[in-house]
Amino acid sequence: MGEKKLMRGNEAIAEAAIRAGCRNYFAYPITPQAELLQWMAEHMPEKENGTFLQAESEIGAISMVYGAASTGERTMTSSSSPGISLKQEGISYLAGSELPAVIVNIMRGGPGVGNIQPAQADYFQATKGGGHGDYRLIVLAPSTVPEAAELTFEAFNLADEYRNPVILLADGMIGQMMEPVELPSPVDTSDLQPKPWATTGTDGRDSNTIRSFAMGAEALKSINRDLQGKYENIKKAETRYEEIGVDDPDVLLVAFGTVARIARTTRRLAEEQGINLGIFRPITLWPFPGDRLAELSKKVDTVLTVEMNAGQMVEDVRLSVNSEINTPFYGEQGGVVPDPGRILQEVKKYV
Amino acid sequence: MSEEAVAENTKEMKKVFDRPESLNDQQFSYCPGCHHGVINRLIAEAIDELGIQDTTVGTAPVGCSVFLYKWFDIDVIQPAHGRVSAVATGAKRARPDLTVFAYQGDGDFASIGTNNSTHAANRGENITTFFINNTLYGMTGGEMAPTTLIGQKTTTTPQGRTAKDYGYPIKMSEMLAELDGPTYITRQAVYDPKRIDKARTAIKKAFRFQMEDEGYSLIEFLSACPINWGMDPVEANERIKKEVEEVYPLGDIIERS
Repeated sequence: MGEKKLMRGNEAIAEAAIRAGCRNYFAYPITPQAELLQWMAEHMPEKENGTFLQAESEIGAISMVYGAASTGERTMTSSSSPGISLKQEGISYLAGSELPAVIVNIMRGGPGVGNIQPAQADYFQATKGGGHGDYRLIVLAPSTVPEAAELTFEAFNLADEYRNPVILLADGMIGQMMEPVELPSPVDTSDLQPKPWATTGTDGRDSNTIRSFAMGAEALKSINRDLQGKYENIKKAETRYEEIGVDDPDVLLVAFGTVARIARTTRRLAEEQGINLGIFRPITLWPFPGDRLAELSKKVDTVLTVEMNAGQMVEDVRLSVNSEINTPFYGEQGGVVPDPGRILQEVKKYV
Repeated sequence: MSEEAVAENTKEMKKVFDRPESLNDQQFSYCPGCHHGVINRLIAEAIDELGIQDTTVGTAPVGCSVFLYKWFDIDVIQPAHGRVSAVATGAKRARPDLTVFAYQGDGDFASIGTNNSTHAANRGENITTFFINNTLYGMTGGEMAPTTLIGQKTTTTPQGRTAKDYGYPIKMSEMLAELDGPTYITRQAVYDPKRIDKARTAIKKAFRFQMEDEGYSLIEFLSACPINWGMDPVEANERIKKEVEEVYPLGDIIERS
């Protein structure tokens, strides 16, 4: 690992991307991720033909990602909720054409223009396929600034390995807050695995095509079957989560991102009152770590899900756990960040 | 002529016309009298003559250009409808050493993708854009395009396009020529040998600008769609000369280098 620095989440994500070998970044300004764009504008290495380009629109940015990713180079875009909605067309095409790319969503309150406060209301959009067609994105949800940097770095590896777009799903809180970050050592882009499928000019080989189009029903069925096979492999190999005090909890709390961080404080408050609160934090929201959650749920009567939305991940929680137990939900919306004490009140209802 | 004489003559014969190297050994599936095939061939010839087959990447979306990857023996990216100029921008920025072209219909370039097309031109992206204007949506069944002429009947303007409801045929090439970004903008046709010759020259010139890092080129082609126009190929060619050129005059619009 490299040096330690005090950084804002948006900046740490941008710098981690550059260190991961991202040499093409296209985006459109939107709060609360503007610092990410600004960091890229300043720090994208020009010497190595790095491209920073402020696009004409979110749709333009994701389309530029499609073009750059087609050449096999590491490519990223970032935005916040309303901008990510606009990118859904391009994301579906990236998934359909099996292009590796990293998309950062620093979520804010919605629907519509909403506001610029932190929220987690894009869980459905990220994990269930926000665009058209049967596809999946690998969805990584950091809980701290250092983890945001770490997962950004990892996102590029996952995208390349599976030829699949990866979403880093954070929120305005993580984007804006400052924490000490240990930055990863920069990757030498010439050491990255070659991509023989890329459109780089034929240079003597047979021609390559990047497309999501298949004329016949059987042909498209076969492409879809292959995609689903890939998604199954990702489920088996890439499901990630964190567990805290899950051996014999009174209540098991499930939360991701910012809320999981707040839940740690709730756990300390609970401890003072003699309540053992376990925390299960999905790091990959897709693939969702449902199997592990199912195992853990056998030891408790209540699995409480807390989110900054009206109840989105809770649907996956309920699909995963034993239907005999309580699966309550507590959420805050509109940019309201749940208070540790308020979460404890919810926990105490089930003790 | 004796058999010996025939054999002797054949030995002397030179092959003067062949499929360009940059096209695959396949028959186009374009409709009879459609100009896409001629334009495709001219682009392929230019790529061959400039010796850039190995370093060219084409971008072509849906609609009538959906099979471009099948026809051309070059690397091809297939973007979403309308996004071609932005996708070409991404590929060219990532790999400036490649020659990147965008192949777009009028719906793509001048309607759903106007924002992307306009800004690529305004940035002076070092790409070559081929804009096929056949005054309607061909593949989806002959609907009105922004380039449809006033009075022209299409499947969505069965009484003919009116300015009151839909405004006037959009003049993308003239609009973009107002910008400081583009290097070369020209409007061409391919309905007779003289025009084909001029179009060939224009295509090569546009590619050369890109190879010399001179920036954005746009070639608009007035293209025939006899099937959706309800005409035979000869009538369709005549329509371009008599009606379409009235609104969209041929020739270079800007050239700056």
